[in-house]
Amino acid sequence: MVDVNKKGDVWVFVESLGSKVEDTSLELVGKARELADELGVQVGAVVLGSEIAGLDERLICCGGDKVYMCQDPLLAHYQVSSYSKVLCDIANEYNPSIILFGATSVGRDLAPRVAARLGAGLSADCTDLQIGSHKDSVTGKTYDDILLQICPAFGGNVIATIINFDKWPQMATVREGVMKMPELDRNRKGETIKHTVNLSKEDLVVEILDELVTEKTVDLKGSDVVVAGGAGIGSKENFKLLWDLANALGGVVGATRPAVDLGYISEEHMIGATGVTVRPSLYIAAGISGALQHQTGMWDSKKIIAINTDPDAAIFDVAHYKIVGDFNEVIPMMIKAIKAKC
Amino acid sequence: MSYKCVVLIKQVPDTRAITGDAMNEDGTVNRSKLASIPNPDDLHALEVALEIKEKFGATVTAISMGLPEAAQVLREALYRGADDAILVTDRRCAGSDTLATSHILSCAIKKVGADIVLCGRHSIDGETAQVGPQIAEFIDAAQLTCVGELKDVDKNSITVRRVLDNGWQDAKAPLPCLLSVTDQANEPRVGAATRLMKYKNATTSANYDGDVNELREKNLLIEQYDLDQIGVDLSRIGFNGSPTKINRTQKVILEAKEVKEISPTQEGISAMVKELIEDHSIN
Ligand SMILES: Cc1cc2nc3c(=O)[nH]c(=O)nc-3n(C[C@H](O)[C@H](O)[C@H](O)COP(=O)(O)OP(=O)(O)OC[C@H]3O[C@@H](n4cnc5c(N)ncnc54)[C@H](O)[C@@H]3O)c2cc1C
Ligand SMILES: Cc1cc2nc3c(=O)[nH]c(=O)nc-3n(C[C@H](O)[C@H](O)[C@H](O)COP(=O)(O)OP(=O)(O)OC[C@H]3O[C@@H](n4cnc5c(N)ncnc54)[C@H](O)[C@@H]3O)c2cc1C
Repeated sequence: MVDVNKKGDVWVFVESLGSKVEDTSLELVGKARELADELGVQVGAVVLGSEIAGLDERLICCGGDKVYMCQDPLLAHYQVSSYSKVLCDIANEYNPSIILFGATSVGRDLAPRVAARLGAGLSADCTDLQIGSHKDSVTGKTYDDILLQICPAFGGNVIATIINFDKWPQMATVREGVMKMPELDRNRKGETIKHTVNLSKEDLVVEILDELVTEKTVDLKGSDVVVAGGAGIGSKENFKLLWDLANALGGVVGATRPAVDLGYISEEHMIGATGVTVRPSLYIAAGISGALQHQTGMWDSKKIIAINTDPDAAIFDVAHYKIVGDFNEVIPMMIKAIKAKC
Repeated sequence: MSYKCVVLIKQVPDTRAITGDAMNEDGTVNRSKLASIPNPDDLHALEVALEIKEKFGATVTAISMGLPEAAQVLREALYRGADDAILVTDRRCAGSDTLATSHILSCAIKKVGADIVLCGRHSIDGETAQVGPQIAEFIDAAQLTCVGELKDVDKNSITVRRVLDNGWQDAKAPLPCLLSVTDQANEPRVGAATRLMKYKNATTSANYDGDVNELREKNLLIEQYDLDQIGVDLSRIGFNGSPTKINRTQKVILEAKEVKEISPTQEGISAMVKELIEDHSIN
């Protein structure tokens, strides 16, 4: 177990593909910067791989103070056995106070295994991270400057704050897009630390026989306008109307979980707690009731238009424009109005 | 060769069916109003184990940790084809986080021994997807998470297709190995009527007044263990042994925004679109 080290840095486990750091990792570095400033410690970014030269610069521009470069041919492909070994070794050496992971295929595979080996706590899918204090109701003892790991629980009806005051490091996973992308500061200075990796072939337990990596085809996160539909749209054919509106606005189409489950649209379009989080300039919600699991994925949108036949639908609680009506009538009117103005 | 498979099955409230009367006044979920079911992914994990049994030869043991009522999810595993079942139940389990839960379950697994441990990718209540990898660590096994298809099992290894964020990966791992299984892996069978007739009488010794050996002979005994019987380190479990604690929970209160009601007419909509173009929400 790693000792509670109040002076320990805030770390991010960095994922990269080719010569590019994944967005999720950059977003986490941005968040780590805020947390570290509050604690008066530094941000450490840990990069593992075989060809990682140059990634340190980008991580420093995004807010990193120290970039630990763990370079080795044996780290060319992610494997839980080799990556967990390197990460546990380096964590034991430097004793960070916090380690953040993206809630990606890799992060979800790696973080629990690392937490188990370090005997540390881990919380999943945090929607916010803050520094605060905790008073233990049994001992009456107060713990200051600990990580408050905020995540939806019980199907999203409740927000739970998870903490971890005695078994460190404090670890959490965060989904892509939940934290804001930090601004690049090309003048930022930081330190690159080459960490010697101690691996042998025996550490590669799994044999990867074949793999297919597909490009993401929908860019929900990067789009300025999202037109989202829910179960209320009623069919795949009706969803076409949403595509028409999205095309007229130069936007993309999103959906709720039921709309995906009902086969109106594919899963990569899903927005919400178990889907993508978006913050477009304009979010149009049609036939969506506004369950919390959906709202958490879209409520930071700058402008929200909600169209629903039910005047009491919860989606109106987060909307800027409330339209009580049938989307079959309202959306064609919107398309007409947009075409008239352009 | 007969492989020893252990399938982990969690009893969960059916959170997919939350209706009005399952909500408390403060907005939290009243779990007692929700039906208890086997965690959906776990039935896919069980199906993979049964597939291994049928194609390659194996015994399948189902294990659950939970309240005495969790015996029901084990019965459901027996209906579908599990050979035997173990319930770990002990009040001291309360408050266990994923690390503590994984320690307890790994002790039960070590007691029976396993070549292949199968669990669901995630539960529908806790939803952390952390228990699988943490158990793999504690039993010192390889791990293959997010299994979407079983490909092959041979003497020393298992091959699966994993479904990942952007694509898939075919991977081969040595035994012992833990698999966390997704709902894409298969279509779980329903219980066979004959098995259902037989195993609906399966029960734990705590709930049986007669001679337990008789039950065991008829293969109707769900073994029940407490923490001492499986060698759990009590400093690593429960509220005190769990590294994560819940600092607080709060009902979600949404901030009221200034909302403009727009009439669903062409005039109303056109005025709204004009406003959005003017403030550059639409470019
Ligand atoms: C509000 C709230 C928030 C929580 N947040 C955290 C947190 O951030 N970190 C943390 O460590 N714990 C947390 N917990 C505790 C956690 O939910 C429990 O430890 C739970 O028992 C296991 O986690 P899970 O349901 O997420 O399992 P998952 O990891 O999602 O389950 C994966 C698979 O493991 C198997 N499995 C899991 N539990 C059992 C069981 N009891 N019996 C048999 N098989 C099982 C099943 O096959 C299941 O499909 C939280 C609990 C609450 C109430
Ligand atoms: C653990 C968990 C995770 C989840 N994660 C997510 C997630 O990531 N994303 C997500 O979206 N959901 C998620 N959900 C599901 C979520 O709880 C809700 O069930 C879901 O968001 C509701 O989807 P909906 O609004 O499309 O459907 P419904 O709630 O069925 O709403 C349909 C709405 O359409 C309206 N309507 C009907 N006809 C018309 C019409 N002609 N014109 C206009 N309006 C009409 C109705 O008034 C109604 O309000 C999750 C649930 C759980 C338990």
